[in-house]
Amino acid sequence: MADKLHFSLVSPARELFSGEVDHVIAPGTDGEFGVLAHHAPFMTTLKNGVVRVLEGDTVKMRIFVRGGFADVTSAGLTILAEEARMLDGVSAGDVQEEMDATLLKMQALDKDDSVRATLQEHFDYLESLKAVLVH
Amino acid sequence: MPSLKDLKNRIASVKSTRKITKAMQMVAAAKLKRAQDAATAARPYAQRMAAVLANLSASAGAGGPKLLAGTGSDQTHLVVVMTAERGLAGGFNAYTVKLARQTIRALQDDGKTVKILSVGKKGRESLKREFSDLFVGHVDLSAVKGDSFTSNAIALGHDLTKRFDDGEFDVATLIYSQFKNVLTQVPTAQQLIPAAAPADAETVDLAGAIYRYEPSETAILETLLPRYITTQVLSAMLESSAGEQASRMTAMDNATRNAGEMIDSLSLQYNRARQAQITKELIEIISGAEAL
Repeated sequence: MADKLHFSLVSPARELFSGEVDHVIAPGTDGEFGVLAHHAPFMTTLKNGVVRVLEGDTVKMRIFVRGGFADVTSAGLTILAEEARMLDGVSAGDVQEEMDATLLKMQALDKDDSVRATLQEHFDYLESLKAVLVH
Repeated sequence: MPSLKDLKNRIASVKSTRKITKAMQMVAAAKLKRAQDAATAARPYAQRMAAVLANLSASAGAGGPKLLAGTGSDQTHLVVVMTAERGLAGGFNAYTVKLARQTIRALQDDGKTVKILSVGKKGRESLKREFSDLFVGHVDLSAVKGDSFTSNAIALGHDLTKRFDDGEFDVATLIYSQFKNVLTQVPTAQQLIPAAAPADAETVDLAGAIYRYEPSETAILETLLPRYITTQVLSAMLESSAGEQASRMTAMDNATRNAGEMIDSLSLQYNRARQAQITKELIEIISGAEAL
């Protein structure tokens, strides 16, 4: 595979990855899709799931994202995730702890608080992340 | 001529002031590092988001959602003024407030209705004096620990979108202090709603290729726009907080130096006064002895 795809993954907090890769598989709302170099311009929203970065045929990196957008242009693939973390080095126990902490914070807030809705999203994200880790 | 005791007291008080300013400077320096890192780390996301929006709005044309296309009127303006919660940061708050005041006045001169939403206590205090009847809301950031503005930004973003949907205003402008470097913070006015992609956002030339959207262009725009606004608010908050710390650090550094100079000159004055008193006492003793 001669041509490389420029891929960058950013979350509001920081830029998680930026560089040249062979192949990226991302979870679009309408189904998973793969992007290679010279992909046609394409944009989609994402659902919670795993973004896989492939080098040749081997998975080099797995990143768990919550929502956001993927934007494919001639310049490469950009994923804007609401939240993202590398799957390697995360244990289900850590995630469970974080879930408990989020739940506590949520219970302290009013039902119609917009922050609560955000925490709920965060909680759902952790829940699906845990599901991935347990399997 | 102040007495020796007065001078001594003043030196002691300036010395303790210097200790305080020095401590504040060091605290600001430590906080600055973190605030600056947070602001820098958040930039790529905001930039990419702007680029994506620029691409989308270029192809969406005029028929897009209201958040992008506007209400078709620009009669009612909402000015969001973002300042610090605390003072003692040199001209930081004053410059931002000055820009806000100019913007509000210019809008009023054009016959527009202006509403103000303040973020941070200081801007509210200064603008309340002149425009107390224009305030529609205030966001308190005093409870925020460190740089975790995310939930505040989301709340403010939701609030703005809701007010816009309720028809409370046509155009929202965000006035905040942009962090250039430790010595320079630039007060900036940025149009928030209708969302305008910044002119310098990099758009990619598609060379005639057609974008494909999943699920659909409008669906994407509808999810993207509120997030774009939240992102803008968040990055403004981060920039503003980095600027505040930088400004406070510089101001307190100056204050510490000034206090040092003041102590030097007061000590000189104190020593002179003490010497003068000794000389005076000697003269008294000698002339007393001569008189015998």
